[in-house]
Amino acid sequence: MNILVCIKQVPDTTEIKIDPVTNTLIRAGVPSIVNTFDAFALESALRIKDADPGVSVTVVTMGPAQASVALNTCLGAGADNAYLVSDRAFGGSDTLATSYILSNAIRAIEEKQAQKFDLILCGKQAIDGDTAQVGPEIAEQLDYPQITYATELTAEKGKLRVKRETEDGYEIREAALPAVVTVTKTAYDLRFPTIRRLLDAYAAETAVLTAEDFPVDRERAGLGGSPTKVRKTFVPERNKTGMKIEEATGALSAIKLAAQLSADGIL
Amino acid sequence: MFFSQEHELVRELARDFAKKILEPTAQEMDEKEDFPMDIYNEMGRLGFFGIKIPKEYGGLGLDTRSYACVMEELSRKNVCAGVLVSAANSLGTAPILLVGTEEQKQKYLPPIAGGKSFMAFGLTEPNAGSDAGSMTASAVPDGDSYILNGRKTFITGAPIADWITVFAKTSPEKGSKGITCFFVDMKQQGVSIGKQEEKMGQRAIPACDVLLEDVRVPKSEILGDIDKGFVTAMKTLSVGRIGVACQALGVSENAMDLAIPYMKERKQFGKTLSKFQGLQFLLAELETKLNAAKLLIYNAAYEMDAGRDVTKAASMAKYYATETCLEIVSGALQMFGGYGYSKEYPIERLYRDARVMTIYEGTTQVQQMVIAGQLLK
Repeated sequence: MNILVCIKQVPDTTEIKIDPVTNTLIRAGVPSIVNTFDAFALESALRIKDADPGVSVTVVTMGPAQASVALNTCLGAGADNAYLVSDRAFGGSDTLATSYILSNAIRAIEEKQAQKFDLILCGKQAIDGDTAQVGPEIAEQLDYPQITYATELTAEKGKLRVKRETEDGYEIREAALPAVVTVTKTAYDLRFPTIRRLLDAYAAETAVLTAEDFPVDRERAGLGGSPTKVRKTFVPERNKTGMKIEEATGALSAIKLAAQLSADGIL
Repeated sequence: MFFSQEHELVRELARDFAKKILEPTAQEMDEKEDFPMDIYNEMGRLGFFGIKIPKEYGGLGLDTRSYACVMEELSRKNVCAGVLVSAANSLGTAPILLVGTEEQKQKYLPPIAGGKSFMAFGLTEPNAGSDAGSMTASAVPDGDSYILNGRKTFITGAPIADWITVFAKTSPEKGSKGITCFFVDMKQQGVSIGKQEEKMGQRAIPACDVLLEDVRVPKSEILGDIDKGFVTAMKTLSVGRIGVACQALGVSENAMDLAIPYMKERKQFGKTLSKFQGLQFLLAELETKLNAAKLLIYNAAYEMDAGRDVTKAASMAKYYATETCLEIVSGALQMFGGYGYSKEYPIERLYRDARVMTIYEGTTQVQQMVIAGQLLK
């Protein structure tokens, strides 16, 4: 089986601070990481490969040259191949343009490897943009079935079985391959890269795909091809009207809650 | 200045592993006197046990600076991990790389590099510490074998070891020039281990006596030349000094990592400890010494990678880094006041873990002898 994992290099938001004056992210000195949910997607793919060494795992990302560092992390952890989709013409792409470019790049990689991908995994969303749109859009662009918010997945004999998170709990879905799956938090973290694989990845040249390397309609790429227009970004005001009841035990919390509701004339 | 991009990649991986895996488990390992096998195996998978072992023997074939980066970062969260890494990269394998035959290298190095097997180092005896040459363990030829007898003490990792390199007298009349090194299988008849040493610190790493009673060792298991074992032992310890210095550096950094936020938080006399000039001066002194030690270590590692003789540089690094580590853990503990003396706070463990470092793999006094010897030769 041939698996593709789409990843994004993002700033480590656990380390990020917001400038209180301008309300923008202070990016300087913030380390970059493989997007958390993409790391879960990669680990899911590597676990399928652990069970069947014949499985091949390819990683793709779209971004500036420095995104190759994130690809090296993936190669270090066990991915077989990695591609960086990078071109000035792609800069400023919104999710629609990104999924368009990526789906064309995916076709190009399939041609290069002379093999179709059976399964395409994405993280459910990037922790910087939080849109959760690129995965489902890739499925639409490729006209593949999709399953979102997976927490577990197995793929056997051309059939995919996914446990997906819902508002109320979870459900089990099956789909025929090829398919696109977006992965949410799994029970496991991405494994550490080995020193040897990490250094080999660093020594090897990153395979880059530019706008010259595969057919892409420039009108549909980059800022010009992006219908999304950001009018304004701001930090929402916190609603501080709520109160938190957190006593030593549940019973004590309940007593306090009842007393509060009673005092407010609700009970 | 000392490190390349590759070194930084290796350091970053070790730091990430230490933060996620070693830091949360360090206290429990100390309490339970146990280094969990799953963590040990994961360290093997990542390649930590084979950093300096050449590629053709299953290692990574990396340089001393890569090794120093890993040792520093792991020891910064749990020095016991650093001790295991140095056991594999240094005491366990340096003698084999120095004087082993091709066959011995093929047999012993790959499983050690992969963390599948553990090689203990059997030099010290109850009455032969710094004066290793005065050992009494004996090896007497018998046909195509030698019969070994003796007692080795403070043997790190003995309960988990598959093999041990035993140094024993083949020509007792020749003193330190009559010592030979042997590979001994720990499961072999006549080999037994004593009860686990009740150590002050580094409690997750077992150490105990290894007893040899009429242990028959074939001549093919002699490591190096007959009567030349003492030189092998001394060269091995010399190679290992930078590693112990890195352990001390990691523990020192850990102590500072703990003390600084505490100083900013703890209030006495209406202000935080960080506002007291007396404590600021102590903190500045510790930080300066830490960085002096760091530069001595990085320089020794750099010189070693450049192929220069680092006998003096490595001894100075080990001597200074371990001695200042004692000052740093003590000073950091002082910041914590009474709480520092409580097992509730990890600085207590660091204080205990640090103490042995001026003793093992060549005491401070032995390092001073080496340094003076180099100056006065």
